[in-house]
Amino acid sequence: MNRFTWSYFAAPQRFYRLAGKAVPWCAAVAIVLTLYGLYLGLGVAPTDFQQGDSYRIIFIHVPAAWTAMVLYVAMAFWAAVGLIFNARLAAMLAQAIAPTGALMAFLALWTGALWGKPTWGTWWVWDARLTSTLILLFLYIGYMSLRAAIDDERRADRASAVLAIVGVVNVPIIYFSVKWWNTLHQGASVSLTKAPSMAAIMLQGMLVMALALWAYCFAVVFMRVRLVILERERDAAWTREHLARPQAA
Amino acid sequence: MKLYWASWSDFFAMGGYGPYVWGSFGVAVVVIAAELWSLRQRRKGLTSETEP
Repeated sequence: MNRFTWSYFAAPQRFYRLAGKAVPWCAAVAIVLTLYGLYLGLGVAPTDFQQGDSYRIIFIHVPAAWTAMVLYVAMAFWAAVGLIFNARLAAMLAQAIAPTGALMAFLALWTGALWGKPTWGTWWVWDARLTSTLILLFLYIGYMSLRAAIDDERRADRASAVLAIVGVVNVPIIYFSVKWWNTLHQGASVSLTKAPSMAAIMLQGMLVMALALWAYCFAVVFMRVRLVILERERDAAWTREHLARPQAA
Repeated sequence: MKLYWASWSDFFAMGGYGPYVWGSFGVAVVVIAAELWSLRQRRKGLTSETEP
């Protein structure tokens, strides 16, 4: 197994097959965990004594917000690897993560607005947490627009990588915004150092939903990176052969 | 683990917060469906390109 080094799967053709094998597993995990998480969150968990049932938005809002931040860091990481080591596959991964990250940032903002209206009385405030999350969405959109504006793929990789890396500074700002500024948004419900400030069943539902969303993101990013590989390697012999006979590869 | 709700109508009403709760989960479903659909279309576009 000495050929099994970290660089073995850096060849797009090999990673294409590996990602293809991973998709059904990730999708299955995502489906099972989503059903279980929704059962816990929307079925079993009791009503909150302060917020009533509006709090149940937490089961999608917090997982989406976490995922949006984690995906940004992952995107910037692979963009940086692509930039430093001139690695094509790493740049392709960054490219494949961006749209899903943008969707998660959108979901965090959308569900936050729907939660803000009944609990704060407003859809939106220019509070540090909300504003920095909006900036996260704009960073994703900016990254994708910049990529799309440059025809040469390798130049697009480099330019967009710089944007992704600079933008990573926004992630700790989002995370700590509720501590650094006096925000309307509540503080962290879950932290590594303190006992969680919520009931066990609610916490359990939220964590299951977060894992479900992560599994979904793995599945979708692997699906998209396969498409990106095919699009960018369209002149390679294996790609043309694979597109002509998809079952063979 | 017992279900919290006494009836389906209780479940859909969400204690009066139905539009907010279902508006959140509904849009999440729509966004995910749209993402999967667009990936499917993109894959189809690739295959048809190579056909003569």
